[in-house]
Amino acid sequence: MTDMTSTSTPADMTAKVETPFQSFRSEFFESKIATVALGLLGVIILLAVLAPWITPQNPYDLGQVDVMDGRLAPGSEAFAGYTMWLGSDGAGRDLYSAILYGLRISLTVGVASGVIALLIGMTIGLVAAYAGGRIEAIIMRIVDLQLSFPASLVALMLVAALGKGVDKIILALVVAQWAYYARTVRATALVERNKEYVEAAQCLGLSRARIVFRHILPNCMAPLIVVGTVQTASAISLEATLSFLGVGLPQTEPSLGVLIANGFEYMLSGRYWISIFPGLALLLTVVSINLVGDQLRDVLNPRMKK
Amino acid sequence: MTVFVIRRLLQALLVVFLMSLIVFFGVNVVGDPVYMLVSPDADQADIAAAIQRLGLDRPIWEQYLLFLKGAAQGDLGDSFIFGEPALQLILQHMPATMELAFTALFLSIAIGIPLGLYAGLYPDNPISKGIMATSILGFSLPTFWVGLMLIMLFAVELGWVPATGRGDLGSFLGIRSSLFTLDGLSHIFLPALNLALLKISLAIRLTRAGVREAMGQDYVKYARAKGLSTRRIIFVHVMKNIMIPVVTVMGLEFGSLIGFSVVTETIFAWPGMGKLLIDAILQLDRPVVVAYLMIMVLFFVLINLIVDILYSILDPRVRLQDQGS
Amino acid sequence: MTAVLEVSGLKTHFFTRGGVVKAVDGVDFSVARGEIMGLVGESGSGKSITGFSILGLIDPPGRIVEGAIRFNGEDIAQASQQRLAGLRGNRISMIFQDPMMTLNPVLRIDTQMIEAILAHEKVDRRTAWERSRDALGLVGIPSPEERLRAYPHQLSGGMRQRVAIATAFLNKPDLVIADEPTTALDVTIQAQIIYEAQKLTKHTGTAMVWITHDLAVVAGLADRISVMYAGRIVEQGDTDDVIDHPLHPYTVGLLGSVPSANKRGARLYQIEGMTPNMLALPDGCAFGPRCGMRTAACAAQPDVEDVAERRLRCFNPQGLAEARP
Repeated sequence: MTDMTSTSTPADMTAKVETPFQSFRSEFFESKIATVALGLLGVIILLAVLAPWITPQNPYDLGQVDVMDGRLAPGSEAFAGYTMWLGSDGAGRDLYSAILYGLRISLTVGVASGVIALLIGMTIGLVAAYAGGRIEAIIMRIVDLQLSFPASLVALMLVAALGKGVDKIILALVVAQWAYYARTVRATALVERNKEYVEAAQCLGLSRARIVFRHILPNCMAPLIVVGTVQTASAISLEATLSFLGVGLPQTEPSLGVLIANGFEYMLSGRYWISIFPGLALLLTVVSINLVGDQLRDVLNPRMKK
Repeated sequence: MTVFVIRRLLQALLVVFLMSLIVFFGVNVVGDPVYMLVSPDADQADIAAAIQRLGLDRPIWEQYLLFLKGAAQGDLGDSFIFGEPALQLILQHMPATMELAFTALFLSIAIGIPLGLYAGLYPDNPISKGIMATSILGFSLPTFWVGLMLIMLFAVELGWVPATGRGDLGSFLGIRSSLFTLDGLSHIFLPALNLALLKISLAIRLTRAGVREAMGQDYVKYARAKGLSTRRIIFVHVMKNIMIPVVTVMGLEFGSLIGFSVVTETIFAWPGMGKLLIDAILQLDRPVVVAYLMIMVLFFVLINLIVDILYSILDPRVRLQDQGS
Repeated sequence: MTAVLEVSGLKTHFFTRGGVVKAVDGVDFSVARGEIMGLVGESGSGKSITGFSILGLIDPPGRIVEGAIRFNGEDIAQASQQRLAGLRGNRISMIFQDPMMTLNPVLRIDTQMIEAILAHEKVDRRTAWERSRDALGLVGIPSPEERLRAYPHQLSGGMRQRVAIATAFLNKPDLVIADEPTTALDVTIQAQIIYEAQKLTKHTGTAMVWITHDLAVVAGLADRISVMYAGRIVEQGDTDDVIDHPLHPYTVGLLGSVPSANKRGARLYQIEGMTPNMLALPDGCAFGPRCGMRTAACAAQPDVEDVAERRLRCFNPQGLAEARP
């Protein structure tokens, strides 16, 4: 008897020693790809934040941009004396500087719309789960309806109606994406609602609001984080797409998508760098976020645990 | 079955009606129609005349009723740019988009399902891992950027296929399509591949997940215990179970292919409705935008309807539930 | 009686990340024509793995590491998948635990029965269909023609298990392995299913291995009983002998924990402790830590001994005097 209870598996022992966060951390870093992606993402964010201090040029300051520098190949020397490692665009902006500043805008739009959509979607999803009955049915019908249209099309229509600008594109992205969060929260809440601990809480006579916010909401956090990462990546990508199509951000706020669009016309004439480098920056950003999101899903998903 | 179809039809009608409300008020209330309709350097008199002509001075609900009445008669207004009925313009550009989307759907299924099947059957094989890594890339890469790369590689560097435009049309069984000429095929290859990329990744993932789940099910072990051949187990027992979710999702994705074709058509200068839409948005040609939207709404509702009905035919469990209700 | 199946020294191990799980660790038994052998044990004792090993249905990370499975004299422990597929469903059939999960939900009953015949015999579909219909009639399914057209979900659990039994006997196999076929069913249905199985074995002379955790089920069904604990058979003998005079303390415990009418009011016996962790088995007798009769000798692994017409793995058999004939 004593023998049997004291022999526990290695997994049990580690679970006793580690806090949930520690075990989450060690599981996350089990994947080399995810670790590299997270590191890369960190570097990208750092570059974007530090852009004004680590670039040779402020691409918005017309006084610093020289049209004579236009379309220089990577490695050329600018009129002002510094080397343009990634070349310059049609207006003579140093591409390295333009990309870092563009990254700032792209990340800001992506993260802002992601966070706002998360908050709105979460609230609506919780309201549905909390209210139940008719209200829940109506909310979920709207969510389903919206999700039957591709987010890109919804966003495209909105910017067509709203016009250009950072605030407008954030609004369009939020409207295009809130439903994903609402569905996630509601789906998780539905599963949690049928669990025994909720029944137990109901038997104790706890109020519905308390059950929803204290018991169900914390359980929704893991899937929300996962959806949030993936949706932020897709928001960044969507903004770039819209800007590329010329209906997203204006030239005065050159995100990565605007930079790529500007380079498009030069590409067929062999000046590949104007489009390619901002494209690579966008690519690395979106891919690293998605890889981190993938690993988060594997680690946070209780079904994947052995 | 009939009851089910009728009920779904009524639901679909309601959705179309609601969406017409949203589209109309979205364009007219959220956006500023005057700003969208009149060129910035028009003077006060021009603006007033335009407002009068377009009925923008009437109460909004009256405008909506006019719009509904027109829509019911297939009249969604004339294009400001072309002066032709907007609906007619869209319908003229529709075949090119449909051709592109169908080719892309075909590519995604023809490429995605076999790859997913392979990755699901041999999950630890390096080839499978490669397939899965590529599918993650396929999900992450922005479509427009991949389009640029495809043009760069296949059209500019290698010069194998033309970069832009639609090729010669051929006729077959009364259908005119670029799929029936060599030139047409060489033109459609790149844009269709570009459009399909995301869906190929999706088909791979869906099929792989389905295969892996099904292979662990008792009914597969049971089929093996009956001494069935591996081929029969995979292609009858496993595939028939997987085809249901895959067909559903891919069917729903057809709509999204049409939606995404906006991007691909713009990059490859493909003369479909997507390019028409972007041009209309950039030139503030509002009736065309509204007409495109309404066509899309109809289209998506129709797709959902078809998928629902297909689903009920394919899955015996759904069919029975309906008989019960 | 000649042995249809002779298992000797069978070891099936699973090589997991946590270590090697010796799910089956040296099992010997044999079944003769027309004989029913009850393989009894708790969940995790390796009884189902033993059954799957015979059919060659062990998937990685598990594999048969040692021992022989002689079926009609041929050792099939390491036979090729092709050879095994030829035997499975043909000479050796299996009935699974959960009839809800084993029939493929999207295929009709006729498809699933006919394919079991066609996989092993070149007959036309019509003949196969007739044989399937007759087989269903034989297990007491009313209007079999109609049932053949049904999908699994249209049948009750008991009905589905009858279908599974009929399918198992379709090709008149020499051996049927039944893995807890009544566990998922209502008690009244259980009795009927057991009756049908018993009738079919007597009728066809098929040998049967009936795997269960429920001693009460095999008491009235099996000719002989093998009790498994932690991957080994600890006691084996004629059903009546084992039930009336259990020798191994574990069998004693199992019998003691069956509720019965003549023990009403008395406290139900329960075996102390929990089922062993298969990754960390004690060095000596696996049951030692839970055994009330434990002595110093139990620190070593007991070998199989022939005691009173029984095969036993125990240093301290109980009530040996009464058991001796």
